[in-house]
Amino acid sequence: MIPELGHFALILALLLAAAQAGFSFSGASRDNATWMTAGVSAARGQFVFTGMAFLSLAYAFYANDFSVLYVASNSNSALPLQYRLAAIWGGHEGSILLWTMTLALWTLAVTLFSRHLPAVFRARLIGTMGLISIGFLLFILLSSNPFDRLFPAALDGRDLNPLLQDPGMVFHPPVLYMGYVGFSVAFGFAIAALLGGELTTEWARWTRTWTTVAWIFLTVGIAFGSKWAYYELGWGGWWFWDAVENASFMPWLVGTALIHSLAVTEKRGAFKLWTVLLAIFTFSLSLLGTFLVRSGVLTSVHAFASDPRRGVFILGFLVLVIGGALTLFAWRAPKVGLGGKFDLVSRESLLLSNNVILVASACAVMLGTLYPLFLDALGMGKISVGPPYFDAVFVPLMMPAMFLMGLAIFTRWKSTDLPAIAWRLKWAFGVSMITALLLPFTMGHWSAMISLGLLMALWIVTTAWVNVFERVKSAESAWWATLIHLPRAYQGMIVAHLGVAVFIIGVTMVKGYEIEHDLRMSPGDSVLVGGYSFHFDGLSELPGPNYSAVQSHFTVTRNGQLLAVLEPEKRIYTVQNNPMTEAAIDAGVFRDLYMSMGEPVGDKAWSVRIYIKPFAHWIWFGCMMMATGGVLALLDPRYRRRSKQETQA
Amino acid sequence: MRSALIKLMTVLLLLLMSGLAMAEARPMGDDPVVEARLKSLSTELRCLVCQNQTLADSSAPLAEDLRREIRELITKGMTDQEITAYLVARYGDFVRYRPPLNTQTLLLWVGPSLLLVAGFAVLWGVLRRRNAALQDESDEGDEA
Repeated sequence: MIPELGHFALILALLLAAAQAGFSFSGASRDNATWMTAGVSAARGQFVFTGMAFLSLAYAFYANDFSVLYVASNSNSALPLQYRLAAIWGGHEGSILLWTMTLALWTLAVTLFSRHLPAVFRARLIGTMGLISIGFLLFILLSSNPFDRLFPAALDGRDLNPLLQDPGMVFHPPVLYMGYVGFSVAFGFAIAALLGGELTTEWARWTRTWTTVAWIFLTVGIAFGSKWAYYELGWGGWWFWDAVENASFMPWLVGTALIHSLAVTEKRGAFKLWTVLLAIFTFSLSLLGTFLVRSGVLTSVHAFASDPRRGVFILGFLVLVIGGALTLFAWRAPKVGLGGKFDLVSRESLLLSNNVILVASACAVMLGTLYPLFLDALGMGKISVGPPYFDAVFVPLMMPAMFLMGLAIFTRWKSTDLPAIAWRLKWAFGVSMITALLLPFTMGHWSAMISLGLLMALWIVTTAWVNVFERVKSAESAWWATLIHLPRAYQGMIVAHLGVAVFIIGVTMVKGYEIEHDLRMSPGDSVLVGGYSFHFDGLSELPGPNYSAVQSHFTVTRNGQLLAVLEPEKRIYTVQNNPMTEAAIDAGVFRDLYMSMGEPVGDKAWSVRIYIKPFAHWIWFGCMMMATGGVLALLDPRYRRRSKQETQA
Repeated sequence: MRSALIKLMTVLLLLLMSGLAMAEARPMGDDPVVEARLKSLSTELRCLVCQNQTLADSSAPLAEDLRREIRELITKGMTDQEITAYLVARYGDFVRYRPPLNTQTLLLWVGPSLLLVAGFAVLWGVLRRRNAALQDESDEGDEA
């Protein structure tokens, strides 16, 4: 009964989404306040019914209702509750429902926090989001219904993919989707502005807040996913340039570009069209990512779905959304003014250079991701485009961006004196250059890539230091008071940029100084890796709720001192009979000790992998700093104060 | 460099262990130099039965076999290029994570730099035209 209610709720949600779009757009075109209010109410109702559908599915998982096909395919009665609930988005149908649920949540947020917007603009924004909701609700009802029944009901479920039975998978998809789908709001702002033919600097400020929130979620979501890959896949990789990872990385790159171009539009009223175009592209890339992951065109760790009908539907929707938006853009674009004047060398032009590099990088990632698909589709053979390609292409693209990042924070709007800045940065450059060249020698070995990585990170750190120092020095109050009272947006920018530096340090050190040992060990054996002594104490059986595991016990000592007990496991998930490696990690500030079990190699002996991964956690800490920078920027009173004034006005 | 480091550590390890009664762990291969080459080679190769994993990272039985085979090829004295060529002849370009440069993949390899150069060229052109347009506007404003 409950699943039918869920199904029915989805149909009602679709009708309400249609009402949301219909009332909003027709209300806006006739300036009819009643209709526009009806659009808002429909949007909220759409949220309620999508939420009911979502809860119905959650209940089916909670109650182990194996007469529901989707539950029977993705859950099992022995599965612990938290994973039964995470199983809601463990497969195709539920993922799309989560997508739609997230969209409804963002829609609700927009209806609640948009009262200060001009009524017509607001209605067009909500109407646009309604159109997207229609697309996804139709997609669910026509081709991906999670409430389809199974007759006769299964005795038990086929279990959730063991790779996804992990706390990280409980949080990673919702947070990632909050980011992905959140860009629909920026898209809505762009469409509403194009329809109205008015692109004001207020528009940029409103869009900036929403874009930053979505960007924070996406940053955290990607970091979660990377961390999950690190400890769950058993070889300690944190990024594989897998197509599914790229699908989330492309909107991140363009979304980052959007945040920066919104700054130019807000502060200087310039490059409005470019900003609008970026807002359209960011969301289009989110849709493209959904298409890539959900249509089954990829075969990778994450893509579990394959059904051409679905692919065709999403592709059609993608073409409709992007094509429609771009047509509207081409029609309306000539009406937009140019904005403030600035020189070829200015803060504006440097921010736009950042945009060029970020967009080119996103295109490069797209090229590498889609190229093998196209070759394959054209019957020109199968090739693999993997980490060696992306590393070779992406690093050179990012280097100028990192260099400009250090430089740009010193530039001024309109016009800037480059030689004077170069002079102010002579120490920053000298110090980072010399340190980057010499530091690797103290750590064992030198390579050009390590030095280059360190140079980029140190350049960002030293320039940020000089920039902050100059501000503090010229102030009259104590340094810490000045630091606290610097504008939040500025603090956010510095913290986010430093996050990039911390991230680069992590990546460089792990790549440059990782130690890996592939060993054959029996209980009682010891091995010395990178100065750490690993002693294999023994094996034990460890029964789990839906798996059986062999757990090995290692004690790690350094100079006779006990450092850690590492207990990697090899699990067999009983339902699908899948072997899984559970790595054991002793995380530290400057190094991670990472162990995973391979295969038994006769008489209690196992093949064992031991890694020392220097600075590994800096990678995710850097991402968290970027997200924190976003949060600080949002706290800038500039955004809230003015919106209050607008409400009063 | 890395292999030398591993060699040094192995020697140190042996020295340390020789005095102790404790059993020592054995590396999966015998020669650390061969192991280092195997490692660097297999990170660029695809595990053919896995979804998207390098040969180095995979613990699938077939990957295990292929690693053993590559280890033998290395001990036979084949160079990295020869081994890659041998594997490509057997499994096709699909086995390499670094696609070869040929007419089919030309766009893949030069595309990113083209994009960057084109991007900056467009930005430069747009900025100049924009400045000129704004100049005209202000000139007209002056005349009026």
